[in-house]
Amino acid sequence: MRYLPLTQEEQQEMLQSLGIDRVEDLFTAIPKEMRLDADLDLPAPLSEAELVRHFSELAEKNNDLKSSVSFLGAGSYDHLVPSMIKHIAGRGEFLTAYTPYQPEITQGVLQSIFEYQTLICELTGMEASNASMYDGASALAEAALMACAATRRELVVLPSSLHPEWQDVVKLYLKSQDVSIAYLPYHEKTGVVDAKAFDGIPWSEAACVVVQQPNFFGLLENVASFKKVAKDNGALLVMAVDPISLSLLKSPGELGADIVVGDGQSLGNAMGFGGPSLGFLATSGTKLIRRMPGRVVGETVDTDGTRGYVLTLQTREQHIRREKATSNICSNQALNALIAAIYLSVMGKEGFKDVGYQCLQKANYMKERLIQVDGLSSPFSAPTFREFVIKGAVDWEEVNMRLAEHGFVGGLPLARFGLPELVLFSVTEARTKEEIDSFVNLLRGLIS
Amino acid sequence: MSEQLRFTKEHEWLLVKGNIIRVGISDYAQNELGDIVFVDLPSVGDQVEEGEGIAALESVKAVSDVYSPVSGEIVAVNEALEDSPELVNESPLDAGWIVEIEVEGVAQTGDLMNKQEYEAFVKGV
Amino acid sequence: MTTRKLVPLIFERSTPGRRGYRLPDLDVPEVPVTDLIPEEFLRDEAPALPEVSELEVVRHYTQLSRLNHGVDVGFYPLGSCTMKYNPRVHEDVTSLPGLASIHPYQPEETVQGALELMYNLGQYLAVISGLDVTTLQPAAGAHGELTGLMVIKAYHSQRGEGHRKEMIIPDSAHGTNPASCAMVGYKVVEVPSNDRGGVDVEALRGLVGPNTAGLMLTNPNTLGLFDENICEIAKIVHDAGGLLYYDGANANAIMGIARPGDMGFDVVHFNLHKTFSTPHGGGGPGAGPIVVREELAQFLPGPIVEKKGDQYVFVTPENSIGRVRSFYGNFLVYAKAYAYIRSHGPRGLRQVSETAVLHANYMMNKLKDVYHLPYDRTCMHEFVLSGVWQKEQGARTLDIAKRLLDYGYHAPTVYFPMVVDEAIMIEPTETEPKSTLDEFIDVMRRIAEEAKEDPKLLLEAPHNTPIKRLDESRAARHPVLRWEKA
Repeated sequence: MRYLPLTQEEQQEMLQSLGIDRVEDLFTAIPKEMRLDADLDLPAPLSEAELVRHFSELAEKNNDLKSSVSFLGAGSYDHLVPSMIKHIAGRGEFLTAYTPYQPEITQGVLQSIFEYQTLICELTGMEASNASMYDGASALAEAALMACAATRRELVVLPSSLHPEWQDVVKLYLKSQDVSIAYLPYHEKTGVVDAKAFDGIPWSEAACVVVQQPNFFGLLENVASFKKVAKDNGALLVMAVDPISLSLLKSPGELGADIVVGDGQSLGNAMGFGGPSLGFLATSGTKLIRRMPGRVVGETVDTDGTRGYVLTLQTREQHIRREKATSNICSNQALNALIAAIYLSVMGKEGFKDVGYQCLQKANYMKERLIQVDGLSSPFSAPTFREFVIKGAVDWEEVNMRLAEHGFVGGLPLARFGLPELVLFSVTEARTKEEIDSFVNLLRGLIS
Repeated sequence: MSEQLRFTKEHEWLLVKGNIIRVGISDYAQNELGDIVFVDLPSVGDQVEEGEGIAALESVKAVSDVYSPVSGEIVAVNEALEDSPELVNESPLDAGWIVEIEVEGVAQTGDLMNKQEYEAFVKGV
Repeated sequence: MTTRKLVPLIFERSTPGRRGYRLPDLDVPEVPVTDLIPEEFLRDEAPALPEVSELEVVRHYTQLSRLNHGVDVGFYPLGSCTMKYNPRVHEDVTSLPGLASIHPYQPEETVQGALELMYNLGQYLAVISGLDVTTLQPAAGAHGELTGLMVIKAYHSQRGEGHRKEMIIPDSAHGTNPASCAMVGYKVVEVPSNDRGGVDVEALRGLVGPNTAGLMLTNPNTLGLFDENICEIAKIVHDAGGLLYYDGANANAIMGIARPGDMGFDVVHFNLHKTFSTPHGGGGPGAGPIVVREELAQFLPGPIVEKKGDQYVFVTPENSIGRVRSFYGNFLVYAKAYAYIRSHGPRGLRQVSETAVLHANYMMNKLKDVYHLPYDRTCMHEFVLSGVWQKEQGARTLDIAKRLLDYGYHAPTVYFPMVVDEAIMIEPTETEPKSTLDEFIDVMRRIAEEAKEDPKLLLEAPHNTPIKRLDESRAARHPVLRWEKA
């Protein structure tokens, strides 16, 4: 069998040293009636060449976005990814390592996480970041629970302009611990939450208020008003942010956020049908830092005084605190965090700013061109960054199938979230003017 | 000074000043715990019951609760421990004190051990 | 404090004005930023990211990688973590644009290959576990536990038995088990181990009752021992109205040999990054799919893939608990597990487990005269020694672990499970050649000698690593969690 180096002779030697005749003799602790007497009902093994062919066939049944032009976003984005990333992050020393439990021989992973934490702090303006979470949605759920623990309150205020799937995840995590949720509707004209929506919320019970920036519709929320209502009522401000937007937008730290989360897929990670990505979580102040879920790396020195890095503040975690831990998370998304760190390093200060700037310009260009198409309009008035919603009395699912025939992946019809006629487009720096123009022209033809 | 201290079987010490009781952990206890890296302190004004956890002492890979030896109100916490948790290791019976609790009436410490009795008790552990 | 630096931080390599990557020139007409976004939303200064060339970044992370141990570098007998070989072809096939560059919201008709893979993987995991329906959404083992417990909770609630909030867990369990319980509001009830390392059945009998939600069990357990009383344990829990949760952390011992479903378990999670060889990546990403009995399938998080005619479609189970993360889980991770299963086939998987168990027993047998073996019986894919003999000689388990680093090995899992004093948990896995096992045995024996003759050698270990023992107390007392410009 592939990957199993044991020869017949070696097996005999081992059995002999154990004083047994057959491998089956090692399994006598398993009650006989439970031992399988037939093969598992699985397909026959494939050689490497057959496996590659099989995967090629599977892959060919998918329309990939390398050969199509995509305007899909909504949490997973088609950004340019520097070629060197896969070569460096794919090195076996990173890829095939476990969690860095022995710091003397895992400084590579530990230091890269320390750098990742620093980079997340730079983007968010917060004091400390953990070593990563599963994804943005679960990071937000954990942040909400962290706010409840910190304030000893059991109400979380969520904007309905938050990504619907993130709402679902937060709802499930909170319900499991009997935490209540109050919703802030978004204004139907602006598409963002205005201060009037704050009326009627029992703020004195609120552990935190959440704001997503930009929100699910790609619109910029007025975070200052969220901060005010939180501060006036002793609640925390939790921000869910798009890391690319932080190249241009005020940092959550400047806006007074207490906990910041987001999804790091757009930082050099593949879309990969939605995973793996990474969630980031950052906060400020000793009290909140001690309540962070997940692993954290800190700097220290060795017995010679040489600088080095270790997992630290571990008493928060499940392997020590068990049911009193701040979370149950153990494995995180370390390799994706490494990718994010490499991405931010190679993009660098100027390159990263360019990414945000080009997203903004190209998205705006496409939005302006689309609303000139007869039958299409912009339903929301708040400013946008990389994504925007277009309204049109069109069967968008049908249109998307037609677009696919021409090598385009259209926007996301929001009918699936109960918003008929609306479609969400995303335009990254990877799109060209020519692609945008062709798309708009084709769409005009399809809906006229 | 340490002559005035009274010890519990849970390796905590009490120093009675009228109806205010200062609480810390013994030298034996700090030695068992190893390097204290963080002390999770209660808030002043918290009401506590005898036997209830009032603080947590964290080493790198373990957490130990400190249980209140009396019922009353937390009237002071040793804020120096926030920045210097090592005081619990370096000076467990003095600068490394943890909280002060105000009790109603006069505190009863008659059934607790004095220093000599506690030292004998520890030898038997 | 000396200032010798192993590898400087990427920030310390920064030179103002240097760039590592250039975008194509902007080709759309530009509009002033403040015409699009009000000034008060904009940051005054760009984030202070490093300013380095591409070569500097490549070299930096290459240098860092060389400070790191991985399965590719050497033996990694980290108990409970199943550090087996991660086939490189899996990296290739999951990098195909048809898998790596597809968007989770593309029309289903345009991602049929991805759905087919998900559907078939769910079926395979059901076959391997002896259960019925799979969700691939959980991103890691602990995430699978959380999902499984949410499903169990939904089951009891639907039956009007929402008061069942006690989850029984052995004292040898992974810390994630009780932590996951806390996240669904369950109370942890600990059941002690018996003198053979299994669940104390009589104690269990006394613990179950009308409030029992279920039992979480790893089998083989964290001592590497198969619980022989599993039928009786299952009966006790089921008779009390509870469900059985199987923590699949140790499934590498039983593939094709026994199935959790046949043992009486109702919910199983697999750690695909252990048993099914998806690389651990320095701590993640993993994948922790769960498989449940038919009657629990209605509660699974959605969507899951079903086959309708020759089309694969996403459906949300009728009484779904909701979602535990966005989209469909760590797709590119579980696609590697799919590749692993397809490469091995039914007999190959069985051979994997048989070999893993043979390797562990072989090694255990060659070490038990020099290290205390608290449970001296046939083990499964891993075994737990105790360093108590060496402790008497003046070197503890931690020192043995550190000394192993000098010999070029990763250390075993130490001080876990907590039911064994000075625990040393060794999992050789099936992909190591016998020569590696023999060399490791020799080194372990040599270290036992060193502990006797010269314990100081262990106390000061490691001697040959890039860095020596680190001051963890200092790190925790005065946390420095990010770099700051001097």
